Amino acid sequence: MTTTAKSPAGTTASAAAVPAGTERLGTRGAGGSTLRRRGVGWLGFAPFGVYVLLFLAVPGVVAITSGFFDASGRPTLANFAALGDRTIASNFWSSIWLSAVSAVISAVLGALVCWALSAARPDGLVRAVVDSASSVFAQFGGVMLAFAFIATVGAQTLVQGVVQQLTGFDTSTFLYSVAGLLLPYTYFGVPLMVLSFMPAFDGLRPQWGEAVATLGGTRLDFWRRVGVPVLAPAFFGSLILLFANAFSSYATAAALISQGGIITLAIRQQLTSETIVGVANTAGVLALGMVVIMAVLMTACAALDRRTRRWQR
Amino acid sequence: MTAASGAPVAGVSPTGTTPPVRRAARGRYGATPAKATGAAVLIVVGLLFAIPLLSMGWFTLQRVGSPGITFVHWLALFDPAQSSNYSDLFAGVQNSLVLAVIVVAIVLLLLLPAMLLAELRHPKAHRVLEFVCLLPITVPTIVLVVGFVPVYQVLQQVVGSDPWTLSFAIGVIVLPYAYRPIQANIGTLNLTTLTEAARSLGASWPVAVWRVVLPNLRRGLISSCLLTVSVVLGEFTIANVLSQNTFQTALLLLQQTDPYVGALLALAALLFVFVLLVVVSTAGSITRGPRRRKS
Repeated sequence: MTTTAKSPAGTTASAAAVPAGTERLGTRGAGGSTLRRRGVGWLGFAPFGVYVLLFLAVPGVVAITSGFFDASGRPTLANFAALGDRTIASNFWSSIWLSAVSAVISAVLGALVCWALSAARPDGLVRAVVDSASSVFAQFGGVMLAFAFIATVGAQTLVQGVVQQLTGFDTSTFLYSVAGLLLPYTYFGVPLMVLSFMPAFDGLRPQWGEAVATLGGTRLDFWRRVGVPVLAPAFFGSLILLFANAFSSYATAAALISQGGIITLAIRQQLTSETIVGVANTAGVLALGMVVIMAVLMTACAALDRRTRRWQR
Repeated sequence: MTAASGAPVAGVSPTGTTPPVRRAARGRYGATPAKATGAAVLIVVGLLFAIPLLSMGWFTLQRVGSPGITFVHWLALFDPAQSSNYSDLFAGVQNSLVLAVIVVAIVLLLLLPAMLLAELRHPKAHRVLEFVCLLPITVPTIVLVVGFVPVYQVLQQVVGSDPWTLSFAIGVIVLPYAYRPIQANIGTLNLTTLTEAARSLGASWPVAVWRVVLPNLRRGLISSCLLTVSVVLGEFTIANVLSQNTFQTALLLLQQTDPYVGALLALAALLFVFVLLVVVSTAGSITRGPRRRKS
C-alpha cells in the first residue's frame, strides 16, 4: 500500500516541480506563464478535491437544502410544517435538554479529573492510559457502551438489584427511556471533557502559582483571581463541544431506544419511512434544524477559543 | 463558572485548615493538587468508570437462567457447530476490515498528497484544507447521512451497493482523525528545508518525497492510520441508516439474539481499540528508539 502511496504523491509533486524552478528565477514575470504555472500546480489537489466535493460538499448541500423541495423537486416551504409537529418538537426538546444536562455533569466531573490529572507527569504512563481510555469512550464507544449499561443497570443485574432493594427505583426501565440516556451520555461526556479541557489545564503556568504565593496569596486566591478566570473560556468552550457531541450522537441511542425519542433517531425514521403525511423531505428539514443549532454553538465555541488562546501564547 | 471553580476548590479544602507557612514549606501552590488528592480523585472516578466494563465482563460469564459462572459463551464463538449463528457477525467483521483497508488507502492516496502539496507548494491552501478536514466534526454524522442517501442512490447504479462502497462515506467521517496527527507531525518538521536539501543533493521529487518526507512523517502516519482503523471499526450511523452489514450493525443484531456473545465482543473491541490508542500515544518513543541507534 505504501508503495502505491508514493506514485500520486510523487507525480503531483513532480508536476509542480518544473514550475518550481522557474518561479524562483523570475517571480512576477510574464502574467501568462504565472497563470499556467499556477494551474498546473493546483491540479495536484484535484483527486482529493473531487473526492471531498462528491462525498462531503454534495451530501452536505443536499442534506441542508433538501428540506426546501417537495417530492417532485419543486421548491417549497411547506416541509417546514414538520417543525410544528408535536413529536418532532418534543424530540428536538429531548435532544436539547439531554445534551445540556449530560454536558454540564460531564464538564464538572471532567474538570475535576483534569485537575487531579495535572499532578501526574505529562509524558507519564498515567496520562497515556487516561488519554487512550478517554479516546475510546469518547469517540468509539457508541453501541458497545450501550451494551455495557445494559449489563450494568439492565434487568436482573447486580446494580439494578441493589438500587431496587434500597430505593425501589427500577433502573432497567429507566435505562430504556430518554432520561436513561443520561448515564451513557455522561459516560462518554466525561472522557471527552478530559480530552478537550486538559490542554487548557496544561496551559496554567507554574509561574502564576508561584507569583500568587510570592505575593502572599492562598490557593483560594489563586483559583479566584487566576485559575478560574484563565480557565473559564476553555471550560465553556469544552462545555459547548460536549453539548454538540451529545446532540449529534446517534449510536448509543439507537442501540438503547430503538422506538425513538431524540432528534437523531427521528431523522433516521424519516429517512426510512415518511411518517408525516403530506410532508416530503422531512429528514432534510430536521437536518437543517440540527445544522442551525450546531452553527450557533460552533460560533460561540470559536469566540471562546479565541479568548482561551490569549493565555496560551 | 461556579460549577467549574467549585469542583477543584472543594478538593483543596483540606489544606485550608493547615497553616499557610507549612503549605509553603511543602511547596504546594498554584493549580497542582497534592499527589494523594489527585490520586484519590483519579481512583474514585476510575472505579466508577470501571463498573460498566466489569459488569459487562461479568455478564459474559453468566449461565443462562441459573447462578454460577461459565465460559460457555466464550467457547461458543469458536465452536464450528455454532458458527452459523455468527455468520452475519463474521461477515460484518470482514466487511469492516475491508472498509478499514480502503479508508486507509483513501487517507494515504488522497489526503496525504494534498497535505504534502499544501505544505510544500501552496501554503495558501493550508487554511482551506484544514477547514475541509475538520468540517466533518462540526456536522453531525446523521446530517451527512441525509445527504448520503441520495448520493448513494446514484452511486448504486454505477458501482453497485456492496458493503465496500461505504468506504467513501466513512472516509469523510475519518478526515479529522486522519488529518490531525499528520498535520501535527508536519508542524514539527521544516519540510520545505528538508526537501530543498534533498533536491540540491540531486534527488528527484519522487525520491525526495519517498526517502526524506515520508520517513520523517512515519509517526504521524502510523497514528493517523491506527485512528482511521479504530474509527472505521466503531462506525455505526452510516452503516445503520444505509442498511449495510458492518461490525457494529452486526453486533447490535447479535445482541438481540445472543446478548452474552454481544457483550463479549463489545468488550473485546473496546479493549482492542484501547490497545491501539496506547500504541498511538507511545508511538513516538517506539519509533524513535531504533532511529536514534542508526544515526
